[in-house]
Amino acid sequence: MNEPHYLQPLLPTPFHSRTQAACCTALWSGWAGYQSARCYTHVEFEYFAARNQATLFDLSPMIKYRIAGSDSLPYLNRLMTRDVGKLAVGRVAYTVWCNDVGKVLDDGTLFRLDDNEYLLCAQDRHLPWLQDSAIGFDLEVEDVSERFAALALQGPTSYAIVQRMGFDDLMSLRPFGWRRVKYRGAELIVSRTGFSGDLGYEIWSAPDQAESLWDDLMAAGADFGLMPMGSDALELLRIEAGYLLPNADFMPADHATRASRGRSPFELGLGWLVDFNKGHFVGRRALQAERAGSGRYTFVGLDIDGNKPAHESLIYHRRRELIGHVTSAMWSPTCKRNIAIAELQAGREAMLDDLWVEIYLKKELKWEKLMVRCRVVPRPFFDPPRRLATPPAAY
Amino acid sequence: MPARGLIRARVAEISPPLIRQQFPLMLSYDAIIIGAGHNGLVTACYLARAGLRVVVLEGNPYIGGATVSRELYPGFTYSNCSYVCSLFRPEIFRTLDLPRYGLQVIPYEGSVTMTRDGGYFASFVDHDANRREISRFSKRDAENYDRFSHEMSRQCRFIKKFLLTTPPDPTSFKWRDLKDLASLGAAFYDLGETQMYDTIRFYTMSCADLLDQYFESDVIKGVIAGSSIIGTALGPYSPGTAYVMLHHYMGEVDGTIGAWGYARGGMGSIATALANALQAHGGEVRVNAEVNDVIVKDGRVCGVALKDGEELHAATVASNLDVKRTFLNIMDERDLPAEFVRRVQRFKIRGSSGKLNIALDGMPSFPQIPENCPARRGDMHITDSMERIERAYDDWKSGTWSKDPYVDMLIPSQIDPTLAPPGQHMMSVFVQYAPPRLASGDWTDADRDAFGSTVVDAIGAYSPDFKDRIRHMEVRTPRELEAEIGLTEGNIFQGELTLDQLMFNRPVPGYAQYRSPVEGMYLCGSSTHPGGGVMGAPGANAAREILRDLGRKDGQL
Repeated sequence: MNEPHYLQPLLPTPFHSRTQAACCTALWSGWAGYQSARCYTHVEFEYFAARNQATLFDLSPMIKYRIAGSDSLPYLNRLMTRDVGKLAVGRVAYTVWCNDVGKVLDDGTLFRLDDNEYLLCAQDRHLPWLQDSAIGFDLEVEDVSERFAALALQGPTSYAIVQRMGFDDLMSLRPFGWRRVKYRGAELIVSRTGFSGDLGYEIWSAPDQAESLWDDLMAAGADFGLMPMGSDALELLRIEAGYLLPNADFMPADHATRASRGRSPFELGLGWLVDFNKGHFVGRRALQAERAGSGRYTFVGLDIDGNKPAHESLIYHRRRELIGHVTSAMWSPTCKRNIAIAELQAGREAMLDDLWVEIYLKKELKWEKLMVRCRVVPRPFFDPPRRLATPPAAY
Repeated sequence: MPARGLIRARVAEISPPLIRQQFPLMLSYDAIIIGAGHNGLVTACYLARAGLRVVVLEGNPYIGGATVSRELYPGFTYSNCSYVCSLFRPEIFRTLDLPRYGLQVIPYEGSVTMTRDGGYFASFVDHDANRREISRFSKRDAENYDRFSHEMSRQCRFIKKFLLTTPPDPTSFKWRDLKDLASLGAAFYDLGETQMYDTIRFYTMSCADLLDQYFESDVIKGVIAGSSIIGTALGPYSPGTAYVMLHHYMGEVDGTIGAWGYARGGMGSIATALANALQAHGGEVRVNAEVNDVIVKDGRVCGVALKDGEELHAATVASNLDVKRTFLNIMDERDLPAEFVRRVQRFKIRGSSGKLNIALDGMPSFPQIPENCPARRGDMHITDSMERIERAYDDWKSGTWSKDPYVDMLIPSQIDPTLAPPGQHMMSVFVQYAPPRLASGDWTDADRDAFGSTVVDAIGAYSPDFKDRIRHMEVRTPRELEAEIGLTEGNIFQGELTLDQLMFNRPVPGYAQYRSPVEGMYLCGSSTHPGGGVMGAPGANAAREILRDLGRKDGQL
């Protein structure tokens, strides 16, 4: 545990004793400096548990910032493209924030904990950007990543499991809401959020309660098919849900060496997160200009013939003209469709009825090239009614 | 039968196009499907998608045929007949967009067999876990298992091409049949010399002969042999059973060949999703609408008469009933060529299986299987050698149920949260063998209960608390399968899957392309190629032939 950092570059999360015991595969990856299980037993069974029963995913490495002070709201409204003023205490918002030229730096979820207190959860580290942007505002930005141990409890039986845990008062909790619940003499935050596109909760606890929380949840979930799930299965869930992943579907603008790699919210299909009615915010002028029609790209969902996933494929119009590429792809076991998220050049609407993807396929060591027809379809690919149902069903 | 005579006389006076004018109140459709089994529903969906006005007529008050789920005890969903899903063709799943209509198939991991010496043998998805498990019994078998799997994969790859195609008629010399025969020949040639010989042997040999080639452990052979006799009135030493094993191997879940899964909500959710898809395309399903007669005039079908006398008219009728019920029961033999009728009468459709569906108030313990073994969530067995399966088959031959039965038992509620209240469980026990008739005569209620007790005792020997956990049990012998679902002799495949009844010989030579001697009358159930199991392929193939006859290109696969 206390090895010097050069011998242990990846830290254990507060759940490590439990996740390590549950992991049969020795498949781990690094996530924001922590050890994160890619797969506990078998990707397929973990994926299906999330779509049929429930899964527990260790979310602790997520970067978390606490923003508190009397100027929190005006500050966040200047930072985020959304109108944060509409976010009530007890609610969570999905949001993006941009640089000065209107290109997305990251996406994340913003919790309003109190009138002047927010929690921002992000994929990447942004402390200098957040602090530098606070000049002139009366508030504090603090990295609180290590203060929380977090679990995502996702899947159709997740509500039955929080009920069995004795977390009262969650029946009326709507999607993107959060509540404090009592747990072993302390308090947890439970939010109805997640990355699975299904019914589910995220549970935020103090690190010293992590192990008992894991054990109690696994016990409560025994009758409801609860399984630990790794990041490989989560990747499948989030594609079906149509969610974008920074560094997979788009380059965060401050990571890109090539200026052309940055993407605006409009180019990512996230124009609904941009609110021009709230006064100045970072990137506003560039985005206003872009809204007038200068967007270069558009994000779409694709339904592709056949069953070979179009990983990293190029997209052609009439098999000839290159007009885009696939950013995420999979065979969807739930939709029984070959789906992909793809970036196309903007202004090509007339071409959408004759799209082809180029798939390279290795069959017993021999490569073959397939040109396969595809169609633009709405995202999310999978959107069960139970995701939004309040009160949630038992399964 | 005076009723039938009346109908025939009336129809004889009026040509079909006039019927609509003369009897405007009589319902008429483009196509009538008899039986709302999964294949009938698949046919109906494809026809409705092509724009036809379709009605499916189901005799029972519920749909699904043998792909059915019902709540027989409060809070518990019984999949009364079929119980696992693998064979259903992914092409159909996707074309009909069944996930949108609520169908979800959840794969499960492996199987486990409890052995008489107090041990167990499990199978796993993980290759190395599986190899090490087999090597507990035989190191040689563990490595040979890969060779065996490759052989099965080659056979699956060969046969897969022909599942969603109409078998070519080798005697017609029509261009289409010649072309299809040529492609069959090409695929066969493509197997390579050694494999061509092996394939011929494969289709005719016994499961035991095949497994003896690869394995030495009795337990390993006994475990693998199980799928060679399911639904089949043969033992593992009978020629033809190697193919039956392949038939159970050739399914897939999301591209994983040989994988099996549960339909979420029970097997009935497949029928429900199909019915929803059908209705979305403007088709109708009518329950409590048992067809008594198929109305034929001048060698052409023109509708059906229901048990209550109501008539429905259509120039196309497809029957999801088995070949015997269709041609010997609801059709008049006088409308059919005598040789055809004789061949239908001789079609082998011997029942061999029973089923127990059990509501449990908790998870029964199986002390022989480790508590955390994932194979508990798959199929469980208590037969540890081919010898025991063969002895179980001996009982069938003597006209009684197996006293040491082969069971394929699953507790799907461990995975599917919709089947039973939390902490309680639904158990499905498929039983081999049970004869269609007993040596003592027809099955009685007392025989059925004795059969149920035999099976419960057999399982109870491996699970001390099993009997105490039973809250309700449905016991089905071939008698119930025939009476309730309409499967002749209780044969779950609508006819045995032996080479003499496969491909262009299924159900009878000359009529393997879903048509019948009566114009406009089709078969779309498992009596046709490629046979039984919840596959949907016969239904889809029949739809394609119907649309071809109607000159429709749309709606094809």
